[in-house]
Amino acid sequence: MQKKNQSKGFQWEYAPAPESTDTIQIKKQYELFIDGKFVKPLSKKYYETHNPSNGKSLSKIAWANEKDINQAVKAAQNAYKNVWSKMHAAERGKYIYRIARMMQERAREFAVIESMNGGKPIRESRDIDIPLACNHFFYYAGWADKLEYAFPNKNPKPMGVVGQIIPWNFPLLMAAWKIAPALACGNTVVLKPAETTPLTALKLAEIIQESGLPNGVVNILTGHGDTGKAIVNHDGIQKIAFTGSTAVGKYIQQSLAGTNKKMTLELGGKAAHIIFDDAPINQTVEGIVNGIFFNQGHVCCAGSRLFVQENIAKEVIKKLKQRMKTLIVGDPLDKNTDIGAIHSKEQLDKINFYLDLGQKEGAEIFQPNICIPSNGFYCKPTLFLNTSQSHRIVQEEIFGPILCIQTFRTIDEVIEKANNTPYGLSAGVWTDKGSKIFHLTSKLKAGVVWANTYNKFDPSSPFGGYKESGFGREGGIHGLSAYLNF
Amino acid sequence: MIPVLKTYKIFIGGQFPRTESGRYYKVHNNTNELIANMCLSSRKDFRNAVVAARKALPTWSSKTHFNRSQIIYRIAEMIEGRKSQFVEELILQGVSQQNALKEVEQTINRCVYYSGWCDKYSALFSSVNPVASSHFNFSSPEPMGVVSMICPEKSSLLGIVSIVLPAIVGGNTCVVLADEQMPLCAITLAEVLATSDLPGGVVNILTGKSSELHIHFSNHLDVNAIVYCKDNLAEIKTIQENASLNVKRCFLWNKKF
Repeated sequence: MQKKNQSKGFQWEYAPAPESTDTIQIKKQYELFIDGKFVKPLSKKYYETHNPSNGKSLSKIAWANEKDINQAVKAAQNAYKNVWSKMHAAERGKYIYRIARMMQERAREFAVIESMNGGKPIRESRDIDIPLACNHFFYYAGWADKLEYAFPNKNPKPMGVVGQIIPWNFPLLMAAWKIAPALACGNTVVLKPAETTPLTALKLAEIIQESGLPNGVVNILTGHGDTGKAIVNHDGIQKIAFTGSTAVGKYIQQSLAGTNKKMTLELGGKAAHIIFDDAPINQTVEGIVNGIFFNQGHVCCAGSRLFVQENIAKEVIKKLKQRMKTLIVGDPLDKNTDIGAIHSKEQLDKINFYLDLGQKEGAEIFQPNICIPSNGFYCKPTLFLNTSQSHRIVQEEIFGPILCIQTFRTIDEVIEKANNTPYGLSAGVWTDKGSKIFHLTSKLKAGVVWANTYNKFDPSSPFGGYKESGFGREGGIHGLSAYLNF
Repeated sequence: MIPVLKTYKIFIGGQFPRTESGRYYKVHNNTNELIANMCLSSRKDFRNAVVAARKALPTWSSKTHFNRSQIIYRIAEMIEGRKSQFVEELILQGVSQQNALKEVEQTINRCVYYSGWCDKYSALFSSVNPVASSHFNFSSPEPMGVVSMICPEKSSLLGIVSIVLPAIVGGNTCVVLADEQMPLCAITLAEVLATSDLPGGVVNILTGKSSELHIHFSNHLDVNAIVYCKDNLAEIKTIQENASLNVKRCFLWNKKF
């Protein structure tokens, strides 16, 4: 694949540096992971999962129906009753440590498959997704026998069987965020990966099997929306943990009304990324790029609304445009790639819809003059300038590499604008002044506020939203309470 | 074949020197057979070890908590791999087979347990304090620095592991005096530590007599805290008095490990 990037007359060409796919194994067909075994779906149905960078099929995946879910819930109930809830907490922790270690050993394989199935650049899956997923297991393993310290005098107790439904943007990482704390707290799990990105979760199922984790403690069932619905509505499940769109989140919350099921929801976002005039411009530009173009913008906490203080707006935008001209959009498995493939045709259609809409709404569009591959699903990094609060591209979550830019003059003004959204998942602030940072962290209604950095995740740090971005926290000591009764 | 007997040396700065004093003492098992000639460490050995511990402190305390947890988990893995060696060594020092196995397993579990604490204790003990004026106020735990430690008696492995781990979890470095009568596992533990990605100097292990060294362990001005796990009241008093020289924190633990 040819990559040419032009910047001020220089022409840089990067030789392809593709990550090898020789060391990985993807089976032709994957079954459901129930009760410690890979079993054929009672539904007898399968569907294909694809590589978004070339549209080719990677494998056939079982499509679980209600009966399959029922089998999995039974297995999880038995495992909970007979084994997992009786096991000494420290031993429980040791199983989770074991899973963490085995994932670390096979990290490269996970990274390659993640990029093939999801479209994200190998640099990100290798350096961010997979290590974070391993670390998450490692972190929560340690909590298993320390819950009394986290919640003294509250007698924390597991919930039982938890149902977990995860999205396609960080397939393995989201599986780790869900499974690790649930197990550490003593629950058993029925997890559904996103329909389009089941492969790393199924690899994780293989590791879980190899780790000797008692049968039925983790069950992984692939499928589509109906599969998820069967999990949500199953009576044998005590809690639903969901990460995904706000629309589905609302549907789940409604479905669970009147039941005793607990839930945590981690939903969409439209994060404000705020740049003050005392910020170091070059680092800030890197931060803006990372904030919105990380993982093709398929990030619930992406910094998709940029607020630049008026007196530096011209310079920031100029430098941002220059920087965007050097971004490499291409093969996710190429180590030079900055922006990989858009996850699916459906998602690309949605992004293109917003690209049209933004222009119709009167915003000025900027896309760098760079090459993108002709096969597969790709989108150029995009800026919308001269946007206003009322534009739909500013109000709605696009989930793509599209940044809407507005300017501001005063702190109060930018706080008002930043909070003027139904979402509240994350925000970013760039300034030289610590006092400004602390002021904004308390005023911005967002679950995470990054200062002079963006998209930083850590197992020890809680993540979750305000308002329609959902409730409950994942990560840190806070993430434990999502899986405990008191 | 004639078995090759192991020379038990001391552990300073990641190296295994002999005591600079050239002195030794004999360790016998409970049927009075000689099992090893141990280094009878001197004041100078201790002072060298403190230099190594102080040097290692900035590196160790600035490692990420996550990294520390990985290293301590590695220690558990390494002990697991040498399980039978530790069991044999405990038996050699007079522990019953059953108790030896139990002690090694408890030791491994304790390493796993403390590995988990590395990236958690600061979340439990830190806070943003809601002060009533317009300033921002937070507090979080910091390591004390270099800790000198005198091990409990009659516990060759679990004792030393139980006092060393919490100190290094917190980012401290230490100089430890192994139990005089049962010092073998401490030195084998040093071999484990030397191969667990633990930077040299974070844990330094000496063998010798508490009756001689407790004075130096407690009066050294570059030591920030002392842990003492025996019940000799005269030594405790000396340690507490000496500690006042530079306001050392004193921890007296005489419970059974």
